[in-house]
Amino acid sequence: MEIFENFIDKNGLIVGFLVIGVLAFLSEVFSKKVLKGYLPGSAIAILAGLILAYFGGVITNGEKGLSDLPFLKGVGAFGGSMFRDFTIVATAMGASYLTMKKAGWLGLVSLLFGIVFFFVFGVALAYVWGIRDAASLCTIGAGSCTYIVGPVTGAALGASSEVIALSIAIGVLKAILVTILTPLLAKKIGLNNPAAAMAFGGLMGTNSGVSAGLAATDPALVPYGAVTATFYTGLGCLLCPSIFYLVLDFFL
Amino acid sequence: MIIYGVAILAFSYLTGQLCGEYLGQFLGVKANVGGVGFAMIILLLCKEWLQKKGWLDTEFEKGVDFWNKMYIPVIIAMSASQNVKVAVSSGFLAVLVGVVPVVAAFFTLPYLIKLSQK
Repeated sequence: MEIFENFIDKNGLIVGFLVIGVLAFLSEVFSKKVLKGYLPGSAIAILAGLILAYFGGVITNGEKGLSDLPFLKGVGAFGGSMFRDFTIVATAMGASYLTMKKAGWLGLVSLLFGIVFFFVFGVALAYVWGIRDAASLCTIGAGSCTYIVGPVTGAALGASSEVIALSIAIGVLKAILVTILTPLLAKKIGLNNPAAAMAFGGLMGTNSGVSAGLAATDPALVPYGAVTATFYTGLGCLLCPSIFYLVLDFFL
Repeated sequence: MIIYGVAILAFSYLTGQLCGEYLGQFLGVKANVGGVGFAMIILLLCKEWLQKKGWLDTEFEKGVDFWNKMYIPVIIAMSASQNVKVAVSSGFLAVLVGVVPVVAAFFTLPYLIKLSQK
């Protein structure tokens, strides 16, 4: 048994390839046989991943879903930010630079609009809930941008650890929801061309949500969504603890 | 050779991400600002340059294309490593702030696109 455990530990990433391959295959079969193609196999696989991550969290009490199980550590490495960003960059090979440049203005507008939209919405809901101090409100508003902007803002403003944890939870929930809703709503909201994908990436901003959601909708749109979404977290970290906080503090 | 494609991809990735790190530091932010975006633009420019020179062959493209196609599996692995438990068990305020703006944003997208077309 010890030999086996050591073996799995040494070859974690390769185990990850196998596990994800099997998961993708089963999801494809489920999509074709049970759902008759109503939802694409990739969407089912991503959803199955999220469900498994929930059980992983329940079993181990850890923070990294399924990959907290010792023999599935490799899944975490495979799905970590390095591989995610490397493969997203590779998707650009199929994108057109000209189209990106043409829709650049729309991307920028939706980026700024998206950050303000989520921040204001998050702050307003927390205010209605009864939270009144500016640092907590600002951290919660930042959390509704992404799960990185929340804690970065909270740490900068000295928010309590409960509020920071809350902002992370809000951001993760956003990423999950964007993942699930994008393939379901894409048709309805006209998300079927590169320009719309760039606006979508800027509006939603959550890197993992946008990239997973578009992957399940139409992989050809991924580079366009990613090229704007990649600026969102950085800009959010720039604006939330500074200008947004000062404005918020002024009004309270 | 396939490795040339992978190497160009790695070059674009590293240069772009490094730009993002420095831009973040320059702006005084504890985050990478636009690293992936810069990397994608660098890759596209590299591709165009190689095309002009006539150095772009199928082997080369295969090196990038493999990683392009690995994208969805990576996303599945990423979903499986999310902190889903915390997200669904953090109380009503988290659900409220996590869900309501997202749903609202989805229905804002068509107007945003329409506005930009004027």
